Amino acid sequence: MNGAQPMRLAAGGAIDRARPLGFTFDGRAYAGFAGDTLASALLANGVRLMGRSFKYHRPRGPWGAGAEEPNALVELRTGARREPNTRATVIELFDGLVAQSQNRWPSLRFDVMGVNGLFAPIFTAGFYYKTFMWPASFWEKLYEPIIRRAAGLGRAAREPDPDEYDRSHLFCDVLVIGAGPAGLAAALAAARSGARVVLADEDVRPGGRLLAEAHEIDSAPGVLWAERVAGELAGMANVTLLARTTVFGLFDHGAFAALERVADHLPEPAPHQVRQRLWRIQARRAVLAAGAIERPIAFGGNDRPGVMAASAVRAYLHRWAVLPGRRGVVFTASDDGWRTADALLAAGASVEAVVDARPDPPAALMRAAGARGLRVHAGAQVVGTHGHLGLQAVDVRLPSGSSLGIDCDLLAVSGGWNPTVHLASHQGAKPVWDAALAAFVPGRLPEGLAVAGAAAGRFTLAACLADGAEAGRAAASACGHAAAPLVLPRAADEPAAQAAFFHVPGPRGKAFVDFQNDVTVKDVKQAAREGYRSVEHAKRYTTLGMATDQGKTANVVGLAILAEATGRSIEATGTTIFRPPYTPVAMGAIVGHHRGRDFRPARHTPMHDWAAENGASFVEVGPWYRAQWYARPGEKGWRDSVDREAEAVRRAVGVCDVSTLGKIEVVGRDAAAFLDFVYTSMISTLPVGRVRYGLMLREDGLVFDDGTCARMGPERFFITTTTANAGRVMQHLEFCHQVLKPAMDVSFLSVTDRWAQVSIAGPRSRDLVAMLVGPGVDLSTAAFPHMSAAEVEVCGQVPARLFRLSFSGEMAYELGVPADFGDALMRHIMQVGAPLGLVPYGTEALSVLRVEKGHPAGGELNGHTTARDLGLGGMMSRKKDYVGRRLAERPAFTDPARPILVGFKPVDRGQELKSGAHFLDPGAEARIENDQGYMTSVAFSPALGHSIGLGLLARGRERIGQQVRAYDPVRNRDIVVEVCHPVFIDPEGDRTRG
Amino acid sequence: MRIPCPYCGERGNEEFLYLGSAVLERPAPDASAEAWVDYVHMRDNPRGPGAEFMQHVQGCRAWLIVRRDTLTHAILSVAPARAARGGGA
Repeated sequence: MNGAQPMRLAAGGAIDRARPLGFTFDGRAYAGFAGDTLASALLANGVRLMGRSFKYHRPRGPWGAGAEEPNALVELRTGARREPNTRATVIELFDGLVAQSQNRWPSLRFDVMGVNGLFAPIFTAGFYYKTFMWPASFWEKLYEPIIRRAAGLGRAAREPDPDEYDRSHLFCDVLVIGAGPAGLAAALAAARSGARVVLADEDVRPGGRLLAEAHEIDSAPGVLWAERVAGELAGMANVTLLARTTVFGLFDHGAFAALERVADHLPEPAPHQVRQRLWRIQARRAVLAAGAIERPIAFGGNDRPGVMAASAVRAYLHRWAVLPGRRGVVFTASDDGWRTADALLAAGASVEAVVDARPDPPAALMRAAGARGLRVHAGAQVVGTHGHLGLQAVDVRLPSGSSLGIDCDLLAVSGGWNPTVHLASHQGAKPVWDAALAAFVPGRLPEGLAVAGAAAGRFTLAACLADGAEAGRAAASACGHAAAPLVLPRAADEPAAQAAFFHVPGPRGKAFVDFQNDVTVKDVKQAAREGYRSVEHAKRYTTLGMATDQGKTANVVGLAILAEATGRSIEATGTTIFRPPYTPVAMGAIVGHHRGRDFRPARHTPMHDWAAENGASFVEVGPWYRAQWYARPGEKGWRDSVDREAEAVRRAVGVCDVSTLGKIEVVGRDAAAFLDFVYTSMISTLPVGRVRYGLMLREDGLVFDDGTCARMGPERFFITTTTANAGRVMQHLEFCHQVLKPAMDVSFLSVTDRWAQVSIAGPRSRDLVAMLVGPGVDLSTAAFPHMSAAEVEVCGQVPARLFRLSFSGEMAYELGVPADFGDALMRHIMQVGAPLGLVPYGTEALSVLRVEKGHPAGGELNGHTTARDLGLGGMMSRKKDYVGRRLAERPAFTDPARPILVGFKPVDRGQELKSGAHFLDPGAEARIENDQGYMTSVAFSPALGHSIGLGLLARGRERIGQQVRAYDPVRNRDIVVEVCHPVFIDPEGDRTRG
Repeated sequence: MRIPCPYCGERGNEEFLYLGSAVLERPAPDASAEAWVDYVHMRDNPRGPGAEFMQHVQGCRAWLIVRRDTLTHAILSVAPARAARGGGA
């Protein structure tokens, strides 16, 4: 097996050698083991060239071994699941995994765009702004396509995402972020105190750096301690462990967002399994134990495959039993980097030299190195690297100034550690520079958040354990849980000094600061020279830290160079703002189930199934699905169906599902007085058993909503609203009561879902209703005239409410039954109504009938119209105060020149009207100052045989009989129309009242 | 953001409807046009503490006066609007 994986060590590592896994990279088959990442498996196979860089297409291999990886980005999977820019260092290997390198053509080893390196002078800082300035039209056509092809990252899938995503909520006392030594100690301390604990870690295994190091705890391997603690936590009822879960954002008041990769480690999710889950975690206290990230040093050719973070080299050796190179050199500015030399030696590799940029590394390290026979160059620097697609040698500048070439295939670089402070800064607090530590540590912390371990700048294992335990205890105690005794395990506490050393002066070749966006030391210095001194400006000018890794390895190095170039200290230069997410989050996970048809909840009326069985096409109205028309066999298009339905209502009788109308019960001693306040007209004078059409205004004087108001008892009203405004009217009523009329005794109950309601309209509607409510109810106009209401029974047993109301202009009723009876009611009505010529009609025919009748609806109640505009000025009572009254009286709203509702017919009756057309005087130029109003609603009237419209026309009522132009430049139409009364059918209302 | 509803306890802000400033009182019907324009249209945009109307639409449906610091997002106090305006609780 090791023959196939030439760089795999014979023993060790947290991999399962009994479970070999096959995978392909760029079409070539390889083998790895369960427990590998894609990066570790490729390295085991001797593959270290994994991608090409963004601008210069330089060959790149993995820099790190974790989430901060800037270089080893690949396209994972194929087809609809193809995902660009995934980090090979965190992709868990699975059998059959397919990955491709990206940003190269035609192949990774031979990439013609590598010539971009020759054009480096134009690709430097600000190149977007300087090179492609003129002419503007070239941007879209020429520059952008070329840049997109030359510089860019992977390709997104072209097909819809086939997987499901979930969103869930968690509540806890203590959230611990990170399951390294500090996080485990924190979680254990808090959990043993009895607090409800959530422990989240981005890795599949607990342990954090313990997985990557040879540390011992209580004289046993540190990973065993981590497993034992995780096992204890898993057995506690008050603990929730979230593995493969990245807490990526901290929001107001202790709300954390986390992404759990539920099935990303599988070829595809199991049936009914979600791929990822977005957690919202509401924590009373939180402990940030996110560890630290090793920073690079900028020197010439520091991006060549084979140049790696020293900590990553140890991770590959210890966790994955992979030798990242056989001949290593260590370049360090920290004590920690020296550990890598030991680790390489222990794994059987050679260490050609340890190059420490510090002039006098600790004597203890020097002594130990001497004992091992290591060659050490103190005060020396790596200035350049050699090799075509991977590292072959490095150039070292010795303190004397002389240069030394060393052959090697691995350069382990340690620029020191940066605490992972991101979440501590998501609420806006900036981290502060700790000069002794040579690192940024969290500044003022958000309320309820503590930081522990390496994230707080405590870099030794013993300190992490003690710090974590104390933070966990304090967090639990703040939630009211008494601390349980916790004996700290023993661990090494050796010094871990690091220097503020960020870049090598006089590099040979490009010295990269931001690997992913190809930003070099020169770019940062150039930005400073050109005046981009602010760290935020320099960031945007150079794109430093703006790639998918958000500069996790680059930012501190970049700002240190900026500080130097502008002659300021690092603390005076400061950091850029940290924003969520910590690592990239797929839009799919944020959207969750809310996509496609599930974008929002769909509301179906009780008669929905019946309508679907009867050929209904549905239209979305707010959250509702309403039957738009009912197609019958032989009908060629929707107009055939709508014309037939509208004609049937005028000729015989039709039934329409109006259950979606908002319905509100208004009850109380002051109900009538309250309704006087919210409606324009007087409601308190309405007798019991009668209905009034009502108009509500907004306080600014414009129309808000319309509907009916039925008095069911002295202190009980039943009001309806438009479908779209039902929720808003309810909120409005509650506001008017609680805030404006708090002393009134009135209550509201939304009963929209409680009542299934139908409109029965047409000359034969009374005959049909009589069959439904039985002979006991006198439906004669004398006993039950237009605008009446009564409580009745349908079929002698179902309680119902009957209203005589008309929207169509025909004699019409609305009948409501409890929702559970809606379906049966509709089927019963269709059965008994058949002999009368009954047809069901949808919202489209409803609209035709109401346009013929001149009733304002959605097109007219558009938030720009007053009651006067709609011809409803007579409904504005002068005897009382009501919402909107005062500002409805302002001069602009009472100007007689304001466009007012009138009707329109095409002079050439064969022409079709379109809503949205603007009115102009005949002969007037089509300019905005000549605008006379606009068409709001149109319909083809089967009763009249031509197109009709409603619209708002300046001084419209005075112009009835005149002609105007309906000018519609959007649809390139310009026709002459005749102004008419808005009521096209039965203007006297005889049919309605009949 | 978490808002402590006086009736329902602490809830997520997505349960609440935001209306706007709760500083103004509705003028008398015969008040000047200026007073009415101020009430309907003119709003301060304070940097720091301010009072706002919110309704717990997905809870008790009470309209609330929420005093909130727009700079820190700290919730300073939450009171039922009806009681604050002199009505019953």
